[in-house]
Amino acid sequence: MAGFVATDRLQSWGRVTRPSQNVASPHFADELPSLVAGAGDTRLGVGLMRSYGDSNLNPDGSVIRMTGLDRIHHFDPASHVLRADAGLSLDSLIRTVLPHGLFPAVVPGTRFVTLGGAVGNDIHGKNHHRFGTFGNHVRRLSLMRSDGRRIELGPDDESGLFAATIGGLGLTGLIEWVEIALRAIPGAMIDAETIPFESLEEFFALADESITTHEHTVSWIDCTRIDGTKMRGLFMRGNCSADPDRPPHAARPRLGMPLELPRFALNPLTLSLFNEAYYRFGRLRAGRSKVHYAPFFFPLDGIMHWNRLYGRDGMFQYQCVVPPGASLDATAELLKIIAASGEGSFLAVLKTFGSNASPGLLSFPREGTTLALDFRNRGPQTLELLARLDAVVFEADGRLYPAKDGRMSARMFQSGYPRLEAFTAHVDPHFSSAFWRRVAP
Amino acid sequence: MTDRKPLRVLILGATSAIAEATARLYAAEGASIALAARDGTRLAAIAADLTARGAGSVPILARDLAAMDGLEAAFDAIVAELGGIDHVLLFYGVLGEQKDAERDLAAARAILDVDFTSAALWSLAAAKRLEAQGSGALVVVGSVAGDRGRQSNYIYGAAKAGLATLVQGIAHRFALTGRKGLHAVVVKPGFVDTPMTDGLKKGGPLWASPDQVAAVIRKAAAGSGPIVYAPWFWRFILLIIRLVPAPIFHKTKL
Ligand SMILES: Cc1cc2nc3c(=O)[nH]c(=O)nc-3n(C[C@H](O)[C@H](O)[C@H](O)COP(=O)(O)OP(=O)(O)OC[C@H]3O[C@@H](n4cnc5c(N)ncnc54)[C@H](O)[C@@H]3O)c2cc1C
Ligand SMILES: NC(=O)c1ccc[n+]([C@@H]2O[C@H](COP(=O)([O-])OP(=O)(O)OC[C@H]3O[C@@H](n4cnc5c(N)ncnc54)[C@H](OP(=O)(O)O)[C@@H]3O)[C@@H](O)[C@H]2O)c1
Repeated sequence: MAGFVATDRLQSWGRVTRPSQNVASPHFADELPSLVAGAGDTRLGVGLMRSYGDSNLNPDGSVIRMTGLDRIHHFDPASHVLRADAGLSLDSLIRTVLPHGLFPAVVPGTRFVTLGGAVGNDIHGKNHHRFGTFGNHVRRLSLMRSDGRRIELGPDDESGLFAATIGGLGLTGLIEWVEIALRAIPGAMIDAETIPFESLEEFFALADESITTHEHTVSWIDCTRIDGTKMRGLFMRGNCSADPDRPPHAARPRLGMPLELPRFALNPLTLSLFNEAYYRFGRLRAGRSKVHYAPFFFPLDGIMHWNRLYGRDGMFQYQCVVPPGASLDATAELLKIIAASGEGSFLAVLKTFGSNASPGLLSFPREGTTLALDFRNRGPQTLELLARLDAVVFEADGRLYPAKDGRMSARMFQSGYPRLEAFTAHVDPHFSSAFWRRVAP
Repeated sequence: MTDRKPLRVLILGATSAIAEATARLYAAEGASIALAARDGTRLAAIAADLTARGAGSVPILARDLAAMDGLEAAFDAIVAELGGIDHVLLFYGVLGEQKDAERDLAAARAILDVDFTSAALWSLAAAKRLEAQGSGALVVVGSVAGDRGRQSNYIYGAAKAGLATLVQGIAHRFALTGRKGLHAVVVKPGFVDTPMTDGLKKGGPLWASPDQVAAVIRKAAAGSGPIVYAPWFWRFILLIIRLVPAPIFHKTKL
């Protein structure tokens, strides 16, 4: 029987801390009530631990790991509706629905996320300007509260609990199952196009032009060579191909990072070399091509545990969004600070969000420009750099993405999420996380 | 994809984590899968999932599999419901509390009844049926714990050892029929991350996921020698463990 076991093995994707937690790994729904209900320490439901920081950690508290509950309850290819346990991964879901010509409407940059995690962070994909967030496609979900209630919620809910649970960081209770609407697709291929660009202005022009012509857009930039708004980048855009072939992705990645890299492996020189090589390789392949969805949506999933690349001290992710009016100036300023620091990441990602509204009270995406990068954890100097970035985002009226965060201040969080007060009323009194204890009002 | 008829599979102990991972591999092939285990509600949840993942019919047998009265009739009935049988896979088992079982013979007997006596009878019922039709696979999950008696779990280990010997014998018997599509195999996993091992400290290179072991089991069902380790490296670990002389072995706490 799955009870709570004390362990320090469960880490978030950034691997900066290794807290001791009481972890339960239930496999059947009948085990859940006794794990969720009752007093004692606080609970938190988690999935595949792909959030980078501390929103999926509950140090000295209890964690209910939902990955053992991954059964599909009902799948109707005709109506596109699928209901499954919250622990089902998109990896497994896609392999099941793709042969029927269906796909999740929204997928993030990795398929190793659970339905519960996708709801908890109201995740977004490369097609935000067309399909909004994951929460826009949730039809119903079941929420278990510590007072013993099991509540079924949908977009028609008037209490606000559904809106609080979408992007609710697991704080409104345990999500037991989720029902989503899938989308129809012709096949597994994407008609993709890669366009090199050399300035931020060019990036924004490409983004504007692509909104109406392309479903998927995302860009990579070389954050080691920035000069004002001049920089090198690759703009990638795509649409579903009419090709009816539907091969699903391979069940297991072929490569894995078996070990952590030593500290010295990642330094300004190797970073710069990597970015140079990536750019040149991208330029070579520039133009149109037909690619499978797996490398297009999930480029890093080919290497299991790639996060070990950052060594024993782990890494911080930083993802912000700034509103359209401030996009050019604030993004240029952020990149300038990063370039000057000599830190900065392998894969800096730049993207514009559309204006579609999510039901979620704490949903991260909003209209504007989002920048995401990772930084090796070098202690105080990394934290200082991130604080300098915070100041720019704060000035620009932007916000940070909790899924990627393990250090933002309460002030930074509260300023970014104007509907926080409405959200707080729905937090389950016996649910909490390290993130929440730091930023809660 | 081939045009072969979908397989008909019986899974004994279908609520086991390794069993469910294996059943999903069959479901993706479009097999019909009969599920047998104690808890009917849990079986219904697994059946719905397997159906969504592509399985044909998924009949359920909710039964204490260690109950030996009427076992053969139950076997025949579920096979009839399935419309015939190609593969029989046996997964259920209990680790038990070694220390309790040393003092309380009823507890020891419970382990032996579940892990050996009843499992042997299900295997014999399956062997009878498969031999009569001249085709099919019997796959029984044993354990590396059966390869050498160790103070920490020798009652469980002895039951798994007995079961392995039984299946080895069935494999021999099948081989003598000369039928190519008829075979029996015991699969011996090492450490697998499932509810059975929730009491242990997990992680590290010796631990496998249920999916990894399921892939080995599915391959073994398609045809293999009578004994398969999962993952393969346990064959060599156990070879060494068996070779350690008793005076040295007895100094360890294994
Ligand atoms: C390589 C990579 C690329 C990524 N790309 C993107 C991207 O493009 N867009 C994007 O939006 N995100 C992206 N992410 C982040 C990722 O999508 C989110 O962190 C996602 O929430 C992770 O899902 P998970 O199952 O691992 O959840 P976890 O990280 O385990 O948990 C996430 C949150 O959901 C809550 N939660 C999980 N399950 C439950 C449950 N059953 N009940 C209640 N609460 C629950 C947790 O408490 C936590 O607050 C990426 C991450 C990686 C590693
Ligand atoms: N996990 C390992 O490290 C490991 C290593 C070597 C071998 N094995 C073997 O692998 C097999 C599968 O185990 P697992 O790891 O998947 O663990 P598991 O998920 O705990 O499965 C064990 C299953 O056996 C069932 N069972 C026990 N007694 C039963 C009975 N009398 N009637 C019907 N079902 C009964 C249990 O059902 P209930 O829920 O109804 O009790 C449970 O579904 C077992 O034979 C085990 O010995 C496991």
